[in-house]
This record gives sequence, C-alpha cells and structure tokens, in this order.
Amino acid sequence: MDSRIMTALGDRVLTLGPQAAADSPYKHFKLTRDADGVAWLLFDRADSSANTLSSDVMEEFDAVLAAIETERPAGLVIRSAKPSGFIAGADVNEFRGASDGEMVETRIRAAHAVVDHLEALKLPTVAVIHGFCLGGGLEVALACQSRIAIDNARFGFPEVMLGLHPGLGGTARFTALVNPTQSMALMLTGRTIDARRAKALGLVEAVTQERHVRGAVKDVLFGRLKRARPGLLTRAANLGPVRGLLAKRMRAEAAKAASREHYPAPYALIDLWEAHGGSKAAMLKAEQASFAKLMVTPTAQNLIRVFFLREQMKKAAGSGNTVKHVHVIGAGAMGGDIAAWVAGQGLRVSLADMKAEPIARAVKRAAELYGKIIRKPTEVRDALDRLIPDMDGEGVRNADLIIEAVPEKLELKQKVYAGLEPRMKPGAILATNTSSIPLQDLRTTLARPERLVGLHFFNPVSRLQLVEVVSHDGNDAQVLKEALAFVGAIDRLPLSVKSSPGFLVNRALTPYMLEAMVMLDEKIDQLLIDAAAEQFGMPMGPIELADQVGLDICLDVGDMLRSKFGDLLPPTPAWLRDKVAKGELGRKTGKGFYTWKDGKAEKAPLPETGPRVTDQMIDRLVLPMSNVCVAALREGIVDDPDTVDGAMIFGTGYAPFRGGPLNYARTRGVENIVSTLRALTERFGERFAPDPGWDNFK
Amino acid sequence: MARPVFIVDGSRTPFLKARSGPGPFTPVDLAVQCGRPLLARQPFSPADFDQVILGCVNVIADEMNPARVAALRLGMGEDMVAFTVQINCGSGMQSIDTAYRYIREGHADMILAGGTEALSHAPLVWPNSGVRWFAGLATAKGMAAKLAAAFKLRPRDLKPIIGLERGLTDPITELNMGQTAEVVGHLFGITRAQSDAYAAESHRRLAHAQGAGFLKGEVETAFSRDGKFFDHDDGVRPDSTAESLAKLRPVFERPWGQVTAGNSSQITDGASWVILASDAAVAKHKLTPKAAIVDSNWAALDPSIMGLGPVMSVTPLLQRNDLTVKDVETWELNEAFATQVLGCLAAWNDDKFCRDILGLDGAAGEIDRERLNVDGGAISLGHPVGTSGNRIVLHLVNAMKRLGTRRGVATECIGGGLGGAMLIEAV
Repeated sequence: MDSRIMTALGDRVLTLGPQAAADSPYKHFKLTRDADGVAWLLFDRADSSANTLSSDVMEEFDAVLAAIETERPAGLVIRSAKPSGFIAGADVNEFRGASDGEMVETRIRAAHAVVDHLEALKLPTVAVIHGFCLGGGLEVALACQSRIAIDNARFGFPEVMLGLHPGLGGTARFTALVNPTQSMALMLTGRTIDARRAKALGLVEAVTQERHVRGAVKDVLFGRLKRARPGLLTRAANLGPVRGLLAKRMRAEAAKAASREHYPAPYALIDLWEAHGGSKAAMLKAEQASFAKLMVTPTAQNLIRVFFLREQMKKAAGSGNTVKHVHVIGAGAMGGDIAAWVAGQGLRVSLADMKAEPIARAVKRAAELYGKIIRKPTEVRDALDRLIPDMDGEGVRNADLIIEAVPEKLELKQKVYAGLEPRMKPGAILATNTSSIPLQDLRTTLARPERLVGLHFFNPVSRLQLVEVVSHDGNDAQVLKEALAFVGAIDRLPLSVKSSPGFLVNRALTPYMLEAMVMLDEKIDQLLIDAAAEQFGMPMGPIELADQVGLDICLDVGDMLRSKFGDLLPPTPAWLRDKVAKGELGRKTGKGFYTWKDGKAEKAPLPETGPRVTDQMIDRLVLPMSNVCVAALREGIVDDPDTVDGAMIFGTGYAPFRGGPLNYARTRGVENIVSTLRALTERFGERFAPDPGWDNFK
Repeated sequence: MARPVFIVDGSRTPFLKARSGPGPFTPVDLAVQCGRPLLARQPFSPADFDQVILGCVNVIADEMNPARVAALRLGMGEDMVAFTVQINCGSGMQSIDTAYRYIREGHADMILAGGTEALSHAPLVWPNSGVRWFAGLATAKGMAAKLAAAFKLRPRDLKPIIGLERGLTDPITELNMGQTAEVVGHLFGITRAQSDAYAAESHRRLAHAQGAGFLKGEVETAFSRDGKFFDHDDGVRPDSTAESLAKLRPVFERPWGQVTAGNSSQITDGASWVILASDAAVAKHKLTPKAAIVDSNWAALDPSIMGLGPVMSVTPLLQRNDLTVKDVETWELNEAFATQVLGCLAAWNDDKFCRDILGLDGAAGEIDRERLNVDGGAISLGHPVGTSGNRIVLHLVNAMKRLGTRRGVATECIGGGLGGAMLIEAV
C-alpha cells in the first residue's frame, strides 16, 4: 500500500549510526564513532544501487580495517547504507572471461586476506543485515563475531548457480557455525532463507527491526546477548568419519539434479568439505584452489554468461511500468496462471471467462502457488484479493493492459477483440498469448491495430521467466516500450521478436520434439531418446516434453509450422494424429507417450544392456535448435544472438551450462556444426539443411 | 441545505446457508467478494469515495472495524475513512441511512454503504467462570501456584455457550426472536396454515426470480480459495409447499407454537453494498442513478413484539410524505418470520390498532401481496443479520426498475424492539 507518510520520512528508517561527515576519505565507505565509542562502518559502493565486492572495494575495505585497528574503538558495527540491502555478493563482472587459473587463485588469495583481516580484529564486531545478504556479502558477515538480522533480511550462497562455490571463506566458516547438513544443503542448492530461519539455524544472534538496531547492537557488542554458538550436533557432523557418511549422501542427492560432468561445482564443494571439514585453516586454503579451478571451467564461464544474459534481458525491459490493472480473458491453464502470477507481483488483475468453473480452478491454483512462494498469510490474502473474478468482463474499462488467452481460433479471437475495443481505455494495450496465429491475421479486424502485441508466456509461468514480446510492422513504438516495461515489472524476461510462425521458442522446440517422433518410428526406445537429450543437458527429453506440452498442441504447432516451412520440419507421423484422436494427449489426460501420475511421468530406468545413446542421436535432436536460431537471426525476427541464447535458456531450460544454442555452436565450431548438418541432411533429409545464416554467423 | 441523494448501484454475495461449521468466508471476505466487482464496473476509482460505512453485528476478533479492513482490502487507499455500525438486524440499513444523511447535509458526496454477516462464524463463548479460571492460571507464578490454579477447574467452566443462541435472545424480556413472532401472531390471529403458505410462496418467488435471471447484476458469484464458487442463494427450497411445511414441528415454543424452522428466516452468511451519491457526484462522474432516497424513519417499541417494527417505522414515514400504504407500489418487508410479516399486514388492517397506536382514522388497509417481497425474502434467502437491511434496499431499487414502479418502501423489524424504514423513489 502506498503510505504517503512513510514515503516522505523514508530516509529516517535505516539506523546508520552517527551522522557521517560530508567528506569521507573513502570512496565506498563511511566511518563514524558514536558516543559509546563504537565505530560504525557503512558500506555504500559508489555509482551503484547495490553493494557488491569488487577488487577495488576490497582494497579500500582493507585500508579501512587498518584504520580501525589503529583507532581501537570499543566495538565495530558493519552495515550497508543502501536501502536495497546488505551486500549482493562479489562483482560478477570480474569473473567474466577468466581463463588463467593461477591468476584467479592469486586474486582470490588477496581477497581472502581482507576477510581474514576482519575476522582477526581484536574488538567485538557485529554485522547488521537488512535485505539481501548473498555470497561474498554473507562471507563478510560470517567473518564478524556476531550478526543481527532485520526481519526483511535474506541469506544465501548462490555461487553454485554460476558453476562455482563460495570463495571468500564461506565454505569453512558457514559449515563451522551452522550444522553441515543445513549449511551444505544451502550452498549446494543456492537457495535463500529468511531472517527467521537464519536465527533458527544459529546463523544470526537476533532478528529485529530498524527501530531497535541501536539497542540490539549495544547488547551484542557488550556481551549482553547470548552469542550463537555451533551446537554439539554441528561439531559432531564436522568430524572425519561423519563427514564421509554425509558426503556420500550429498553426492547421491546432487546426482539427482545434475551430473558431475556438466556441473562440477557441487561435487567440488562436497569433496572440499569431506577432505578438510575438520580444519578451518586447511579448508580456507583448499577453498581458494578449488574456487580458482572451477572459475576457468567452461560450465562456470557459461553460467556466468547466462547471469549476464539475464541482466541484459532485464535491462531490455526497461523501467517506468505504467500498467496497474491487467484484464485477462480466458481462465484456462495459461490465462489463469498468467493472471495468478501478475496478481502475485502486486498488480490488480481481473480474470474473465464465460463460465465460473475455470475461474474457480484458477483461484485454487493461485492460492496454492502463493502458499509456496509468498510466505506470510496476510500477503497471500492480499494477492488473492488482487485476483478478481470477472464474469461480466467489467474489468476492461479500467484495464491498462488486456491479455487475451482464449482458444487458438482466429474467428474466436477476432470476435473477442470486437467486443473489447469499444470499451478499452484510450491508452490501453491489447495483448494476445497466441502461440500460433500470426499477428498480421489477428489485426485485420481491429480499429486500432497499432496497439496489438503478442505477450507469449511459457508453461509453467512461475518457473519459466521468458515472455516473447511479439510485434508486427504496424505497431506504435510506445506500445512496445510499455509492453517491455510491463514484463520487467512482473519479474519476467522479455524477448522482442517479430511476428512470424512459431516466433522463436516454439519454432526452435518443435523440430526437437518432432524429430523424436521420427526416431520413435525408427524403433528407437522413447526412454533412450529422452536419455540422449538429458545427456546433452536438456532438463527434459523431447518425448516427455511433448507429453508435458500436450500432444494436441504439438500437432497443431507442427502443422502450422509445416504449412509455412514445408520440409524444414520433420514429418508428422500418422500414429500421432491417431493418438490425439484417441484422447491420449499427455500429462493433462494422464497418458500420452508416458503414463502420468500426480504430474510426473512414470519412466522406468534404462536397461543395463541394450542400445546406448549415440552422438548422432543427440545431434539430430539438438542441432535443429541452433539451426532455427540462426535462421531467425538471418530473417531479422530477432536481432541479438545473446538474447536468443537467453530466451532459449529461460523459455525452455536449454542446457544452461552450455550457454545457449548459439553459444554451443560457437564453442563446438561453426564449421563442425555445418558439416554435421550436411551429413545429417544426406542421411535423413532436407530438414537438417544448414541455414544460409551460418555463413555469416560468428 | 438538504440535497437529493441517489442510489447509483449495488451488489451482494449469494446468501449461503450456515450448515456445519464455519463457512469459507469471514465477514470481510464476503464484503470483498461482492465489493470487488461492484467497484470494477464503476467509471470512477475506488479511492473517489468520501467514506465507507458497513453494518455488521458479529464482528470477529481478527477483523476489528470490518468497514476499514474491507475498505483497505478493496484497494480504496490509505486515506479512506471507514466505520462500522450496529443496530442489530437494522445495521445494513443504518449504514445507508447514515450515509444518506451525511450526503444530504453536504458532508460527503459519495459513500459506499453496506452490510455483512457470517453467522456460520459465530463463536462458541466460554462461560465467565471458565474465563476466570484461565486468567487465574495465566497469572499464577511458579510451578506450585500454577498447579493449584489448574486444580480449581470444574466441568461447568468449560461448557461452551453458543454465541448465536444468546445473540438471538432479547436481554430485556428474555424472549428469543422466534418467541416474539409467536406473541405477535397471537395478537393478530395469524394461523399456522397462513404462515406456512406465506413461507412456501417465499420459496416459490425466489426460485422463479433465480430461474428468470431477475438477480443478475445484483448477485455476484463468490469464489473461495479451495476452488469452489457460489453463484446463487442456496437456502431456497423450490419444492416447498404449505403441505410439506405443515409437517415441521414448532421450533421455539413446543408443542403448540406456530413458528417452525420452515416458516422462519434462515441462519445465513452474506454481504451487500450500495453506492450513494449526491447530484454533484452524479454529474462529476456521469453516473446513471437507479433511484433516490426520499426519506427514512426509525421507531422503537416493546421488545417482546419487536416484529411490529415495520408498522411503527413506516407509518409516520408515509404520513409526513402525504402517503398511505396504498400509495406504495413495491414493498420489501424483511421476512424475519412468516408469522411476523403477516402480523404486520394484519396490524395495518386492524381498526383498533391503527386508531389507538398509529393515530390513524381507521384501518390503513390491506397490502396487495403482489407488491410485497416480489422475489422472495429472508425465509427463502436467509437473514444474515447485519446485511438484510442493506439487501432489501438494494433489491427494492432493482425490483422497482424492473417493474417500472415509482414509489417503494423497504422496512424491517429489529431485535430489541426497533423498526427501520426507507422511502425510495424511481428517477
């Protein structure tokens, strides 16, 4: 809720200690001393809205620590002066392009020295943490004697998402302080925890509010607050033989999520802890070597690239969203979930449908989603209040954006638009979630076609961040800008794409799925086909994906693409049509290629003996995706290869550690890709013909 | 400086019969469920109201001042002043009346006035001895004292009092509401058969209205978190006949009473809102009012015959507007009990009563049943106590529009011995 008073007095909220002098000898820090002789060190990285630890920040930090040592204050409070949070981690920019393991190790050793310097200070130290405290930021906090969390604080080690593990002493200090079964799990998954959980784990001494920071700091520094100490269980779990047992379990868990070959980081962390968990000094030293080794792996460099792809796409969304009320038409699987997501992000959503049943089901799914991702019951209630069932379509008149998600029939959609247009606000945007009908066809009956865009979401909306923002040549540029800003405001990532069959993602994924059908016709086991894709690093094999998407939808999209691209698509087998006619549509009907129970496919493990996955199988499935991406670039449907990679990763989960289908092609070598495609063309048909765009692709 | 006051629009939830255990919606949940679509279809922003007034009798502890909680949950903004009113069964009409007077006198231009009640959430209440025991236990210090306090517990300390039962009993006369209807029925010679026939007709009229779509635009479908939806008043029993109702035993005064569960209003959850606006607001937002409030009146009488509240409040209202009961084209008279409704009609047709009590020259006359509660009432719909006063005004306005009538009265009896009435004119 907008609070006028809290907004006006906002700068009084953070308790930052005594007023700092205007001129500080430091670029990124301010150091003051309060009446009790306690020093307040405020971290406020210059020219940035968030605090991150770059090498020049660490250098200056060391100088500040030296100054504090000479001044000998009664105690030291470290906190961030930035409203956004404590410290978001290391400056990932400095990891990019690292190729020399020894240089990385040298730099990380220098950074370790600074953190060790903090830990070694002979005075009581406390970190006061609000907002995000991640990665290197958490490692700085762990080097303080105590930690106080504000109730909005969030803690985590996301390094594993970048193909790394913590590299500033976190592996040693975290497992020494917090039970390794918990602390290792957090480092292996990259999940964040809230302040309450942090207190329960013994990571922080107290959870409080800004208005109590002074009192809490005094009590902690002067020994009146019980210090969180690692319990008996924590110390026991760090003993040699116990570490061996626990490490075995951890490896088994990690193997379920990712193979060591594709994602070495979790295994490196487990090895590190198993070998050195009992000895802090040894573990700190070994951590540096392990971290440096990981940093130069292709996986880490690709995942770091993905991090920047995400940042790039967020930036493309821009800021300045003006959409406050969204009207969604069609409360089916996609419409309902889009509405739920948008309301969960704080916007008001009216959800229209001709019948009450789909709306009621959508509300139920929304309640379940919010229960998982929004913790506080009052916030769940508020999100549900914002999701407004609208059987009479009253929400249209006040909507800034209308998202149409009715069945994929041109006449039906045009009929819906005809009813909408006269009632729309002058500046409102009309968006369609269509996956297969060209905007050029949809716009023909509109009075104002310039405000029609495509906003193509992916299923499930809560997990796949991509939204294809589809434009046609009659669009008003302002409308596109507002659409992009909206996507950013609901925490999704936009791909600008010109209206054309299948846009980008469906056009790239369909050959992946249909080729699998061809391979089935060749009597290759569906489990083997899926295994081939998973071995490559796809999160889900094409057969399972087809079941997940729905065989009827695969059929429709396949037919539509074939009508435009002809032999560039694999043929659709007749038995697939029969299957669909019989009602075996995949997950949504409980049976497709696999039998589905409780939302999961029943997949038997591959037999020990029998045919193995071959490189050719993998190439047949995976190379067409890269081929389509190159074609899309050549046709000008999308304009930036990096964003294309990002879109494929965030819209399909394409093996992130490979950095995307175009990055994969570059790494493998364009010549290799083209010659492989030619060989496949000879053997299997025109659909593998390398796109002319490869000639110019770098 | 009395200004005209218009009723612009309104909506309500389906009325849901309280069955076993608390229903899916709290009082504020109900207010939000019908408030959201109502506000969404207005050409102005929810923040444009000057105030929110909400009637509610059984306020729950988690929703203190439900008017304000509802206003915030409806997105009306932190600046929205909101308060809750309670005059027992009249609460939903009191909110309209207060809003009417504020606007009339120029203190406000647009007010959202409603009523809400979730009788299925009515609490079980500890007896006072139980509360004292618990307090003693909580304040005892030390193991020994706590054990001693614990041992003082007696079985009767934990026997819960059903809040609803106490709430429906008048503390001055110790009669429950149904019993007051028996008294009124006796004074005016109402028979069991007449009451049952009236009740059956209430169900028939509501079922007909539901089937014919008369409630579209008034009743807004409610959706619960567990994937259910509620799109109609579910207390209706279309198969009710006077014969089937005759089989029921009297529920309040056995064995010879005439008030049964079948010819009484039902225990129900529901909420209702009405938008009131001055002519300035109507002009500013280009609204199309449905009706105007001409006048209102409240009266008080002996609590043991509170059922006559409508007669006591309507008669002076009509008199000072130079009208007789015959001049009212459409009536909504809340069906607390069939016997009570018939008692009111009989009182207006009773020479002695009209002369001695109402100060009229003689019997006011017979009210045409075709004009009265045309689409059913609380017997078939239910009577969420704090809401009904609001619903009868809302439905009166909608019925008048449909039937093309010009003059209507909404009135109800109120536990404790009161009556409320509003005179509505088409625009």
